[in-house]
Amino acid sequence: MIRRIGFLFSAGGAMLFTAATGFAQSQPAQDGFVPVTGVPASEQIPAAPLVVAVYAFFLLLMMFYLWTIWRRIARVEADMRALEHRQGSASRER
Amino acid sequence: MRKLFIPIVVVAAAMFAWAPVGIARVPFESTMLLVQKIFYFHFATWMAVTAAVIVCGVSSAIYLFKGTPAADHYAVASAELTAIFCTFGLFSGSLWGRKAWGVWWQWDARLTMAFLLEMVFLGYLLVRKYGGPGSEKLAAAMGIFGAATAPFIYKSVDWWRTIHPQTSVMKTLGSQFPAAWNLVWFCSAAFLLLFVVLLSARVRLEELRAQMDRAYLAAEE
Repeated sequence: MIRRIGFLFSAGGAMLFTAATGFAQSQPAQDGFVPVTGVPASEQIPAAPLVVAVYAFFLLLMMFYLWTIWRRIARVEADMRALEHRQGSASRER
Repeated sequence: MRKLFIPIVVVAAAMFAWAPVGIARVPFESTMLLVQKIFYFHFATWMAVTAAVIVCGVSSAIYLFKGTPAADHYAVASAELTAIFCTFGLFSGSLWGRKAWGVWWQWDARLTMAFLLEMVFLGYLLVRKYGGPGSEKLAAAMGIFGAATAPFIYKSVDWWRTIHPQTSVMKTLGSQFPAAWNLVWFCSAAFLLLFVVLLSARVRLEELRAQMDRAYLAAEE
């Protein structure tokens, strides 16, 4: 039993050592940040959503602004009609 | 002006309907590729901001020194349009910068001054809304000083080191990239017509408000 456990431990240790040395050979240790020129396509920010967002925002902003002007003009016109109505009824009472 | 309003609306609508087609068809710029297509509305909106700032500055000066009510209507209308177009200019520039520079925002001279211009005109509108009686004169002074910043914003890219392209980009664009040159001026013309349409509608609102104030005063008397 003790022999079996010892065998398992030694086999596992040998596998870890082999993997560690293999990794160390394939990927040398990096000392600090290393600059590269160019970024792979998978790392780049896609431009299409930005372009679409700009034009969509413009459309929404203009529609919203036109709606606010229309609403404010309608409110002033309603106030003027109410004032004329009040003036008309006041002159009739006299 | 009122006779020309409908034809201007029609021409502006036709130009804005064709603009996306033109932007889709124009060739890509060699280094920025797709994101450079933001340029056509980004530049055009700053042309509209320039027009709005000039109208606001001149109208504010006329109102401040002569007291003409119509000038005040133009001043407040163009101040609001400056804030609206400036918002879009800053937004479109931010999204373009995210791709081209890797940042949403940079506190460099051009961007910071454009942001301050927006703040000045938002301040103008707040003064008009909450300043009470006599705020028109104070706002007119703000309008003049807001307009006075425009040349500094334009030249900021030449005077200070910034990440924003210099004004010389537009001087060489015609010879290097004629399709983009034609399209950017087409879009600028569309934006200037849109500015005229919105200005007319906004001035009409101010005229109606003034008319209602006079009617209330007459009713009280």
